Amino acid sequence: MTGKRRSEKFAFWLMRSITYVVVIFIAYIIFKILINGLPVISWNFLFSEPEKSGAEGGILPAILGTLYLVIGTILVALPLGMFSAIYLTEYAKQSKFTQTIRMAIVTLAGVPSIVFGLFGLGLFVITLDFGASIIAGSLTLACMILPTIIVASEESLKAVPKYMREGSLALGATKWETIYKNVLPYALPGMMTGSILGIGRAAGETAPILLTAAAFFLPELPSSVFDQVMALPYHLYILATQHPEAQKILPMQYGTALVLLLLVVGLNLFAVIIRIRVRRKYKW
Amino acid sequence: MNKQRLKAKLIKYFLQSCGSLSIVIVLLIFLFLFKEALPFIGQPGLTELFHSVWNPVSFQKEEFGLLPLVTGSVLVTLLATVIAIPFGIIGAVYISEVASAKEREFLKPFIEILAGIPSVVLGFFGLVVIAPLVKDVFGLNTGLTALTGAVLLALMAIPTIMSISEDAIKSVPAAYKEASLALGASRLETIWKVVVPAALSGIIASVMLGMGRVVGETMTVMMVTGNAPVVSFNPFTSVRTMTATVAAEMGEVTIGSDHYMALFWVGIVLMLMTFILNLVSYRVLKKYGSERA
Repeated sequence: MTGKRRSEKFAFWLMRSITYVVVIFIAYIIFKILINGLPVISWNFLFSEPEKSGAEGGILPAILGTLYLVIGTILVALPLGMFSAIYLTEYAKQSKFTQTIRMAIVTLAGVPSIVFGLFGLGLFVITLDFGASIIAGSLTLACMILPTIIVASEESLKAVPKYMREGSLALGATKWETIYKNVLPYALPGMMTGSILGIGRAAGETAPILLTAAAFFLPELPSSVFDQVMALPYHLYILATQHPEAQKILPMQYGTALVLLLLVVGLNLFAVIIRIRVRRKYKW
Repeated sequence: MNKQRLKAKLIKYFLQSCGSLSIVIVLLIFLFLFKEALPFIGQPGLTELFHSVWNPVSFQKEEFGLLPLVTGSVLVTLLATVIAIPFGIIGAVYISEVASAKEREFLKPFIEILAGIPSVVLGFFGLVVIAPLVKDVFGLNTGLTALTGAVLLALMAIPTIMSISEDAIKSVPAAYKEASLALGASRLETIWKVVVPAALSGIIASVMLGMGRVVGETMTVMMVTGNAPVVSFNPFTSVRTMTATVAAEMGEVTIGSDHYMALFWVGIVLMLMTFILNLVSYRVLKKYGSERA
């Protein structure tokens, strides 16, 4: 083995080590939260109300609150994002207008989450007078994940081969019939998986709902979309930093962190698995 | 026939308005940030924002100098970027040029998981693991420092840098590599002297996008940087970033007060910073894409 070969081997080994430092770090974070959080999770923890301002009891209202917010976000962002992607891939021509839309999507994707919070506060909470509520929080989160859904849906639409459209058009179908019957069914699984990633992000975000929806403690579960909610990420934030006995209730914090992590990572894994399956099923 | 044409037109207009929604939202964001912030110009006056003291709640004199918040954000962001660059870029090169196909199939989704960890969970991990570590290793009074925040934010920037750099590296034409190898260069030489330089603009764009993400990150920094609004460039001191200031103080202000407006100015500065970072990297990536295509 020449010296050159040896130094190359060494360099590759070094690069591998650096990459695996990141991998090990991620694994450690997950392991640490798993090992400390698992003993806390019980039927009681998941399905009962918090007591003594979160020091005891469960996190049911926070789990439900996050679910409400996520469902609200999906209801708003998913159709809008999908229609937007259909327009961009199937209808839009190369024009100044289209370019402006693309520019706006890129800008939107880069807006800091706390700025979305300020925007939601100004528009939904104050100007439209929704107050801090599920609807204000969901709309804010929907604006935030819209770019993710648009980009993912576009990619999946573009992956449907041209001849699927041409065949349908040649048989006399209108443009919309073609899209609806011959493009969307094949693109839908891909659109869904991309969107799940965005939804995972919405579930884990704290900053926007801090200003638009979240409350630390509520005596009752929300009864309408105009009520405030508790939410998992906000609950964890309060328990870890604002609670007077933060050090003593570490197990509760780990438990909450684990539930949140499972929810978000679970969603992501679900998306990855669907993606792999779909890729195997449809190959053009 | 006419009815059908009308229907087609309606569908098109409907989809078009959905498509333009992104533009509307961006405009609304700017509009509402300025709408809430604007009265500040008259009273107490824009010059207030350029002072070096942030003391918004005071019985004597409230001060709204953004300087400590801006330096706090800049310090944390730069530190995080410096930490993230070697891992992000070397990781991207390793995954795309060195790793076997099987290893790649494991590494890519695994690192994607990192991008999915909620920032509040990362902040919590920082609070209970990294902060005590920083405190002990450097013998400090508190582990809640700019450095602690930077380590965690680096972790957030790494997936962004890795995935976009990887795309850039992958789009380097195989002919470049083949030519270099045919001339007798080793794989290592080809990677660092041909492939990486050819992908450099994309790699730089990836770093800028990573920085954009770091500047805007809120929960993690709020939880672990100690939140002291001081002008400092020492990584071992507590700092307060712009994002953390808005998140921490917005809940307690009276709507329409000077403090409330000042927080919206913080939002504007933040928005402009990320807007510029994103715009430049988008331009770079776009130019890059069209060159290759």
